[in-house]
Amino acid sequence: MDIVIYITVLFYSVSTAGYLLYLFIQKKYLHQIGHYLLITGFLWHSAAIVYWFIQTGTIPVHNLRETVTIAGWTVVGVFIIFQYKFNLKILGIYAAPLAAIVMLIASQLPAESAQAKNIFNSFWLVLHIFTIFIGEASFALACGLGILYLMQERAIKTKRHGFFFKRLPSLELLDYTGYACIVVGFTFLSIGLAAGFVYAKSVWGKLWSWDPKEVWSVITWILYAVLLHERLAVGWRGRRSAIMAIIGFAVLLFTFLGVNFFLKGHHEVFTRL
Amino acid sequence: MLDIILVGLNHKTAPVELRECLAFSKDETAAALEAFQKDPAVIEAVLFSTCNRMEILLATDNRSDALKAAKMFISEFKNIPVASFENALYIHESDEAVRHIFRVASSLDSMMVGEPQILGQIKEAYLTAISKKASGVILNRLLHRTFFVAKRVRTETGIGDHAVSISYAAIELARKIFGSLEGKKVLLIGAGEMAELAVEHLLRNRVGDIVVANRTFERGVELAKNFNGKAIRFEEITDYLKSVDIVISSTGSPDFIVKRNHVKGVMRSRRNRPIFFIDIAVPRDIDPEINDLTNSYVYDIDDLKGVIDENIGDRNKEARKGERIVDEAVIRFRQWYESLNAVPTIIALRNKIDAIAKTEVKKTLQNLNHLTDADCQAIYRMTDALINKILHDPTLFLKNNGCHGNKSIYLDTTRKLFKLDE
Repeated sequence: MDIVIYITVLFYSVSTAGYLLYLFIQKKYLHQIGHYLLITGFLWHSAAIVYWFIQTGTIPVHNLRETVTIAGWTVVGVFIIFQYKFNLKILGIYAAPLAAIVMLIASQLPAESAQAKNIFNSFWLVLHIFTIFIGEASFALACGLGILYLMQERAIKTKRHGFFFKRLPSLELLDYTGYACIVVGFTFLSIGLAAGFVYAKSVWGKLWSWDPKEVWSVITWILYAVLLHERLAVGWRGRRSAIMAIIGFAVLLFTFLGVNFFLKGHHEVFTRL
Repeated sequence: MLDIILVGLNHKTAPVELRECLAFSKDETAAALEAFQKDPAVIEAVLFSTCNRMEILLATDNRSDALKAAKMFISEFKNIPVASFENALYIHESDEAVRHIFRVASSLDSMMVGEPQILGQIKEAYLTAISKKASGVILNRLLHRTFFVAKRVRTETGIGDHAVSISYAAIELARKIFGSLEGKKVLLIGAGEMAELAVEHLLRNRVGDIVVANRTFERGVELAKNFNGKAIRFEEITDYLKSVDIVISSTGSPDFIVKRNHVKGVMRSRRNRPIFFIDIAVPRDIDPEINDLTNSYVYDIDDLKGVIDENIGDRNKEARKGERIVDEAVIRFRQWYESLNAVPTIIALRNKIDAIAKTEVKKTLQNLNHLTDADCQAIYRMTDALINKILHDPTLFLKNNGCHGNKSIYLDTTRKLFKLDE
C-alpha cells in the first residue's frame, strides 16, 4: 500500500509543480501538464481504491490512513468535475497541492487496519461515506474559491494590481463557482447525513445517539444551511459568502478530524490511528 | 545580388509637422510605387505611411542611386526641399533594415508599444505594392516573414495585454468584477469625451440598458439618443442606484454627487449585487468612501492612471521578449537571403540530385549480384556523367547573368522547384 500512496503523492506533487509554473509563466501547456498529471494521478488513485475494495470486500475506511486516502481522492475527483464545468484554471493551484498534502499525510499514518467487520458492508454506509466525502471535497473547493475571492477583492479595492490581479478570474466567476460548490456540497452532505441516520438505525437501533461527530456534523450542516439561506433570502454574496465558506470549512475540518482526537464516539473506528 | 535598404522617418526622428508633410495616402502610395518602378536602380519597392511614420523599403542593385532616387522622389512628390527632411531620415541596410521592419510591424517601435493597428497598416501597404507589382521575390519574402514575426510577438509575449487608455482600463476592471459585461446596466452621470468613449466601449461589450442623467435634462435626452438609452432627471440618480451595475460619472460639480449613505441605503434592495463606480470627474463626483462598502468599487481618474502606468511597465517588460523573437527572425531571414547567392544554390541542387542517384543505383545494384566490381564502377560513372550533363545548362544559367540583373527570382524558383530549403 505504501508504494501506491507514494506514487499518488508523486503524481499530485508534479501536477502541483505544473500548476505553480502555470501561475508564474502563464503558458497554456503548463496548465495542461498539471491538469493531465492530476487526472492520471486520479485514475491511479481510483484503481488503487478499487483494488483495496476487491481485496478486502469493503470500502477502505478502516483507519485514519484509509479514510484520509479516500478524502484526498474525492477532493481530486470533485475538482476535476468542477474544472470541466467552470473552466476555472487557476483553482488547480489550490486543489493539486491540497490533494498532495492530504495524500502525504495519509502516507505517514500507520497502516494496520482493524479487522473488517460486517458493519462495513451496508449499502447505507457506503452511500453515507461517499456522499459525505463528496460534500466535504466540494466545501474544500468552496473554501479555496473563498480565499481566491478575498485575494482578488483586496487587489481591486486597494487598487494595487499586483501579481494575482492579472492571474485570477473575475469576482463574479469566483463567487458564483464558490456558490455552486456550496450547493453541491450541501446537497451531498444532506444525503450523507440522512444515509448515516438510516444506517445508525439499522446497526444501533436508533437514529441519533449524541455521538460528538453527529453533533458536529449537524452544526456544520446548519452553518452551511444558514449561508445558503442568507444568500437566497437577502443576497449574501461576495466577501461575506467567501468568509463564511472559509469558516465553514474550518468547522468541517474539526468535525472530520478534531472530534476524533478530542472527543470519543462511535465514529472513532473510522479514524483510529 | 540585391541589397535591401530602408529609408524612413518616425515619431522619434521627425516632428509632427514634418510627418504631416510627408504622409502618403493610399493613392499617393500607389503613384509613388509606379514612379519607383521607372527608376532603374530600384528593383522592388514597398512604401507605408501612418500618422507616426513613413517608411520606404527597397531592393536594389545600386544602393546609393536608389537612395538618391528615393530622396529625390519624396522631395519632388511632396514639393519640399531634400535638406528640410534629410536630417530626420534614417537609413538601414540589409540586416538592420530587416530588423527595423520586423520591429515596426511587431509594434516594438511604436509610440505606444504594443498597439495593434500598425500590422494592419503594413499589410494594407503591402497589398498596394502587390497590386502594383512593385514588390518581388525579396520583399515578398521579407513581408511575409514580417507578418509571421509580428504575429509571433503578439501571441508569445504579453505586449498587447492590458489596457493603456483610461476608458479601456475601466472596462478591464469592470470585467474583473463582473466577468461578462453582457446585459449589465450602465448609468452615465454628466457628459464628456472620456466618459462617452467609455460608454461606447461598454456598448461594444454588449452591456444592457444605458441610463443618462444630466443637470440639463435636454442635454441628457440628446446624449441618451446617441447611445439608444434613456434620460433621467438628476434627482432620480439615487433611485437608479438600485438597479444599475456600472456608474460612469463626469460632471463639473464641486461636491460629491453620490455619497456613501446613498449607496449603503440601496445595497439591501440591490441584494448586494456588485456596483462599480468610474469617476472621471475632477473634482470627484463619487465619494471615495463608497469603496469601503462591500460589493461596491470606486475608481477615480488617478486610480485608473495608476493602473495604466502599471500596464505600460508590463508591456515594456514584455517588449524585451519581443526583441529576442525579432533577433532570431533576423538571423533566419539572413540565412534565406544568403542562400540566394548562386553558388550555394548550385551546390545544394547538385548534392540533392547526387544523393538521389546514389541511393537509387545502390538499390538497383543490390539485386544484380552477377555484376562484377568493374561493372558497378561503370554504372556509377555513367550516373555521374548523367548528372553532369543534366545540370550543365541550369548551372550555367544560374552562374552567368542569363537572367539579367534580378537573379534572385530564378534562384528562389530553383530552390522551391527542388525543395532545397528543407
